[in-house]
Amino acid sequence: MNKTRHLIEPRDFTIEELDELFRLADNIIASPKEYLDVCKGKLLASLFFEPSTRTRFSFESAMLRLGGQVIGFDDPNASSTSKGETLADTIRTVGCYADIAVIRHPREGTAKLASKYSPHMPVINAGDGGHQHPTQTLTDLLTIRHYKKRFDNHVIAVCGDLKFGRTIHSLVKAMSRYENVKFIFISPDELKMPSYILDELHDTAYTQTDNLEMVIDQADILYMSRVQRERFVSEEEYERLKDYYVLDNVKLQNAKEDMIIMHPLPRVNEISAEVDDDPRAVYFEQARFGMYVRMALIMKLLELEV
Amino acid sequence: MINVSKIKKGIVLDHISQGQGYKIFSQLKLDEIKDVVVLLRNIPSNKMGKKDLIKIETDIPLDLTVLGLIDPDITINIIENGERVDKIKLKLPQRVTGILKCKNPRCITQYEKVKDIDFILADPKKRTYRCEYCDSHTAL
Ligand SMILES: [Zn+2]
Repeated sequence: MNKTRHLIEPRDFTIEELDELFRLADNIIASPKEYLDVCKGKLLASLFFEPSTRTRFSFESAMLRLGGQVIGFDDPNASSTSKGETLADTIRTVGCYADIAVIRHPREGTAKLASKYSPHMPVINAGDGGHQHPTQTLTDLLTIRHYKKRFDNHVIAVCGDLKFGRTIHSLVKAMSRYENVKFIFISPDELKMPSYILDELHDTAYTQTDNLEMVIDQADILYMSRVQRERFVSEEEYERLKDYYVLDNVKLQNAKEDMIIMHPLPRVNEISAEVDDDPRAVYFEQARFGMYVRMALIMKLLELEV
Repeated sequence: MINVSKIKKGIVLDHISQGQGYKIFSQLKLDEIKDVVVLLRNIPSNKMGKKDLIKIETDIPLDLTVLGLIDPDITINIIENGERVDKIKLKLPQRVTGILKCKNPRCITQYEKVKDIDFILADPKKRTYRCEYCDSHTAL
């Protein structure tokens, strides 16, 4: 038997494996009916030690659309951990019931630790604090692949909270593995891309600015992000920075016709509602790709085929 | 200077920076072994001003990986029949297991009992290591 595979961070998959995953997702999108029973008789455990309705719905929809079933909790007080059970014991117990587990937890490294106690049940990291959220990255990649048909030779403008945005760090790392990808990092000074991310990029692979309008015409992909209240110690600082960028139709005038606008959602004010009707706005479609890529992921980790 | 007799078979850890001797003594758990162990501190040294030194008369193999982490300039002399038969220069280990603790307050290892955490060398100059769980950097 093959070694049980987990998805803890995006780097757990090679570029080739990612391609395979995205091809499978393409097939699912093209003929979803063929996949209705792939996971029949399989059980997914959805272990949400902190609530995240969006992510949970995405995983659960994915499993249900593959014909599988779901057990789980999304309230940390309902889990036996609140009674003092160790994570190891929780995972070992869940491993007796379920075929695959999705885990979300506020502490960094939890999914990795869980995977060590799960010799037979694949574990998927659905977010471990500010650390990793690999299925969001897969979602972003599938979206880019769908609209732009390739991963290389793009200018990607990333705008908003670049300091704390783990989704963005992860996307930048993932996209930097492809040929001739250039980044434009747009943020206020206080929320600049951290140096440990910049250090991993070639000097010519990125530029930094605080002015969205000045650079929007160069972008093939514009990735907007939310300034997260929970990352700030001071409420004042948050209030000052939260509406620093608001994308609206005026700012979009100079953007390329085939640029796509992405956002991991939920948004607050950083994209004006008037932009939703612009054909370049793909952020709601992104959620759909998120479900499809999770379907492909569940199949891959369970080694299922049609 | 106090004279400590030469050992016949064992290990001499030389050129330990002054004050580090006891730390190494503890990390190698030398208090747990039954053989003769000598810890010398504050010995005059031409090269270092003052240094610490440890002699262990034993034939049990010791895991010396941790030494590279604490002080890569230590010289390890392997003694047999009263003679030095080997001299080992230390390198920073690529990976250390169960020695370092993660300092990130948001790391799961602060909340769950995790044995033998792996740390991977991140920056040889700063001698920092990356936690296998949360990726944050830490030093001894
Ligand atoms: Zn850690």
